[in-house]
Amino acid sequence: MGINYLYPDFEVVRNQDRCISCRVCERQCANEVHSFDEATGRMKADESKCVNCHRCVSLCPTRALKIVKTDHTFKENANWKGEVIQDIYRQAESGGVLLASMGTPKDYPVYWDKMLVNASQVTNPSIDPLREPMETRTYLGQKESVIKRDANGKIITKTAPQLKLEIPIMFSAMSYGSISYNAHKSLALAAQELGIYYNTGEGGLHEDFYQYGKNTIVQVASGRFGVHPGYLNAGAAIEIKMGQGAKPGIGGHLPGSKIGEDISKTRMIPLHSDAISPAPHHDIYSIEDLRQLVFALKEATAYTKPIIVKVAAVHNISAIASGIARSGADIIAIDGFRGGTGAAPARTRDNVGIPIELALASVDERLRQEGIRGNVSLVVGGSIRSSSDVLKAIALGADAVYVATSALIALGCHLCRTCHSGKCNWGIATQNPELVKRLNPEVGSERLVNLITAWNHELKEMMGGMGINSIEALRGNRLMLRGIGLHETELNILGIKHAGA
Amino acid sequence: MKKIYVNEQWCLACHLCEYYCAYANSGLSDMVQALKDKPLHPRIQVEQRGTVSFAVNCRHCSEPLCLKSCIAGAITEKDGLIVIDQDKCVGCYSCIMACPYGALMPSESGVMQKCELCATNSHGLPVCVQGCPNQAIVYEER
Repeated sequence: MGINYLYPDFEVVRNQDRCISCRVCERQCANEVHSFDEATGRMKADESKCVNCHRCVSLCPTRALKIVKTDHTFKENANWKGEVIQDIYRQAESGGVLLASMGTPKDYPVYWDKMLVNASQVTNPSIDPLREPMETRTYLGQKESVIKRDANGKIITKTAPQLKLEIPIMFSAMSYGSISYNAHKSLALAAQELGIYYNTGEGGLHEDFYQYGKNTIVQVASGRFGVHPGYLNAGAAIEIKMGQGAKPGIGGHLPGSKIGEDISKTRMIPLHSDAISPAPHHDIYSIEDLRQLVFALKEATAYTKPIIVKVAAVHNISAIASGIARSGADIIAIDGFRGGTGAAPARTRDNVGIPIELALASVDERLRQEGIRGNVSLVVGGSIRSSSDVLKAIALGADAVYVATSALIALGCHLCRTCHSGKCNWGIATQNPELVKRLNPEVGSERLVNLITAWNHELKEMMGGMGINSIEALRGNRLMLRGIGLHETELNILGIKHAGA
Repeated sequence: MKKIYVNEQWCLACHLCEYYCAYANSGLSDMVQALKDKPLHPRIQVEQRGTVSFAVNCRHCSEPLCLKSCIAGAITEKDGLIVIDQDKCVGCYSCIMACPYGALMPSESGVMQKCELCATNSHGLPVCVQGCPNQAIVYEER
């Protein structure tokens, strides 16, 4: 046993007066925390294995369980906090990079929560979305900046290929491999019903899901996993993944243990081989190179599909976006530093990148200044948590948003942030068939549809309150936002006034 | 007629259906009081071998062999629902011998019991259906 430097983070508290020893906790915990003690007829727990995913808590029929944070403590130290000390113990033990999952839990400012939304009073009427039309449909793609007419003077209505969204929300990229077959199917079914899109991520498209192609965005990442002509033409749009908010500057990692038969076939790589995407696209070292890939993909799809370029929000994002807007891409997707991941080095996730709110505001402003805002649509992601985040993003200048963590939470994720262990008790971030089956896609897709429908109702309510009846009228309407508790520099970057001003 | 069906693909072998069933038919309003430290007598049972599992309860057959085999006239059919009158049951086990699904079993009191689709208790929609965490158990017309 040696010395155990790490004390368990959580305590499993079981109310023995309520526990009926039905053993559902034991059967449902892939981490093998719970067990039945034959001698006493009582359940017991090994809390050192607990990841606090709440599967047992949620299924316990008598609410006999709860998980609490241990109050075991180090001597208080504002600099050497307990988690810092524990990380050092871990690395002294393993000699390895610390792995983490989902978005950063660090206490960085959340600018969505520091912006307030306007409403109509007296001088302009608010609108009741239950009685009057309210348009949340929007189109993504290149927009003509001038009206063109043909020889007979008729307006030319042919536009560059567009994505039609009934609600300005899409499910962002999560690969088949990082999430399960049933999670992918839930997203596909929900996107179809909602009239929006889900994104394959970099892991290719399982043959069963080609039928949802009209609501699918297929991704081309640096690993080129699962990319072939049929794949490129299967979706409604193609996304070139240059970066991901959770780990800007590095590529995706999927361990060989997750590369089973189906995934190996879908990704077109050998069984059980690690799927490590290169950090850069080795054929893209400039905007000109990016332009070549954009047009190669347009050629491959006969110019019928919009091309999205997805980048992580980094320091000089507005200059990067300006380049992308000139590369021929139709849509720019920007992923903020709070975005999720199935596995990333913890230090990268917690320290690299910038908040999406600031990135969005500066990109929208830069593209407008340069007169190229119409060249592209802007989609932002990286921790959109509610309909008010969606509303604020659109008012800051986004055309639509990407959500993934919210979608996973709707599917049951409890943000225990141990996706990289592959033992997701909710059947989402796992490839173990016994765990995957815990997510019934019929249940999952209904929950996703409910969530996005609810958000759409709220979006309409808030837009109506402002006296705005379409996404087009809200987009970039920064007068509808006021900052609260923000200093001058932040207000300038966001392009908004302080509350009261 | 609506019946309980099991989609084996989604059964997680969590056995919650058994506990909800036993509770629903206990007549008690507190699950802990009904089930704690007591032998379980559910009318639905999870069959399991290896990674395959599914819950089994009365199929409410159109030609119920249990009804035909009952020597006491305790099992009757009403609008497709097969019910047992436990006051009439003499505990001869003939129905257990006859049922090809193993859907009848002795109750706590010794006489036979079976799933009556929660039509004879106060729970409305069958509780195994309500309690299944993965909608593996459904109550529908087929």
